Amino acid sequence: MRSSRFFGSGGVSCDDVADALPGIVDGLEVADLEVQRHVAACLRCQAELVQYRKVLRTLHQLRTEVLEPAPGLLPDILAAIGAAGERRAIHDLLNGRRVAYVGGIAAATAAGAAGAILASRARRRVRLAS
Amino acid sequence: MVIPSDEARLVAAAKAGDSGAFTALVESTQADVYTLAYRLTGNEDDARDVAQEAYLRAFRSIKRFRGDARFSTWMYRITANCASTQLTRRSKGRHDELSDDDNVFDERPESDPEGMAEAGLLRDRVTEALADLPAILRAVVVLRDVYDLPHDAIASELGITESAAKVRLHRARRKLRERLFPMPGEEKARAV
Repeated sequence: MRSSRFFGSGGVSCDDVADALPGIVDGLEVADLEVQRHVAACLRCQAELVQYRKVLRTLHQLRTEVLEPAPGLLPDILAAIGAAGERRAIHDLLNGRRVAYVGGIAAATAAGAAGAILASRARRRVRLAS
Repeated sequence: MVIPSDEARLVAAAKAGDSGAFTALVESTQADVYTLAYRLTGNEDDARDVAQEAYLRAFRSIKRFRGDARFSTWMYRITANCASTQLTRRSKGRHDELSDDDNVFDERPESDPEGMAEAGLLRDRVTEALADLPAILRAVVVLRDVYDLPHDAIASELGITESAAKVRLHRARRKLRERLFPMPGEEKARAV
C-alpha cells in the first residue's frame, strides 16, 4: 500500500498527490500550489510522475502503429457501400416518383378548384345579367 | 496516405456523389480505422464489423461532413461511436474475447537499436495492458491518449458526460501506470 505520510508544511499526502497525478501529467488539470510543493519535495511522487509520462509517451507512439487488416476487409466494406449506394439510388428514384405523383395530384386539385371558382363566377355573372 | 489537399478534393467529390472518390478515401484510411476499431473492441471480428459499419455511416452522412477536421479524424469519431454501440451490444450477450496474437507492425523509423528494442518492449507491454483494461476505460484512454481526440468529442461519441470521460481517463491511466510501473507495495497489493 501507498504511504499516507504527510510531506512539507501544506499537509498534502502522497495519496492526495497520487489522485491528482493522472490529470496533471499532460496538463489536463492544473496542480494546486500545495500539490506542486509536495511533488517538488517528494522523490516518490516525482518518480511516479515520470512513470505516468512514460506511459503517456508510449501511448502516443501507438498512434504510429497500424494493424494490418485481413485482406477481405476492404472488399467487404466496398461491397457494403455499393449495396447501400444502390439502395439509396432506388430510394431516391422512388422518392422522385412519389414527389412527381403527389405534385401531379396537387396540380390537378388546384386546377379543379380554380375551374370551379371560375365556373361559379361565370354563373353569378349570368344571373346578374339576366 | 492521402495528403490534405488531395483529401479535401476527394471529400468534395464524394460529397457530390462520386463513389470513386469515396472508395479512395476508404482505401487510404481503412487500416487506421481498423486499428482503432481493434484497439477499442479487443478482437478481430468485432473490429471488422465496427470498421464496416463506420464506413457505411460515413457514406450515408458524407454530405454532413463540414470538412473542418481531417476525414480520418471524422472517421475516428464515427468508429468510436460504432465501437461503443458494438460493445454495449456485446456486454448484453457474451463476454469480450481478448486475443493475444496482435499482428502489430511499427512504421516508425528508428536509428537507435537499443533504444528501439526497449521502446518496442514497452509498447508491447502497453498494448497488452490496454487490451486487459475494462472496455469502458480502454475506449477513453485510446481515444484521448493515442488518437488525441478532445474530451467533448470522446464524451459525445461514447454517450457519456465530459466529466465522466475525465474520470474514466484518470482511472485508465492509473491502472496502466500501476500495471506497467508498480510502485513499492502496489505489486503486493495487486497480488492479494
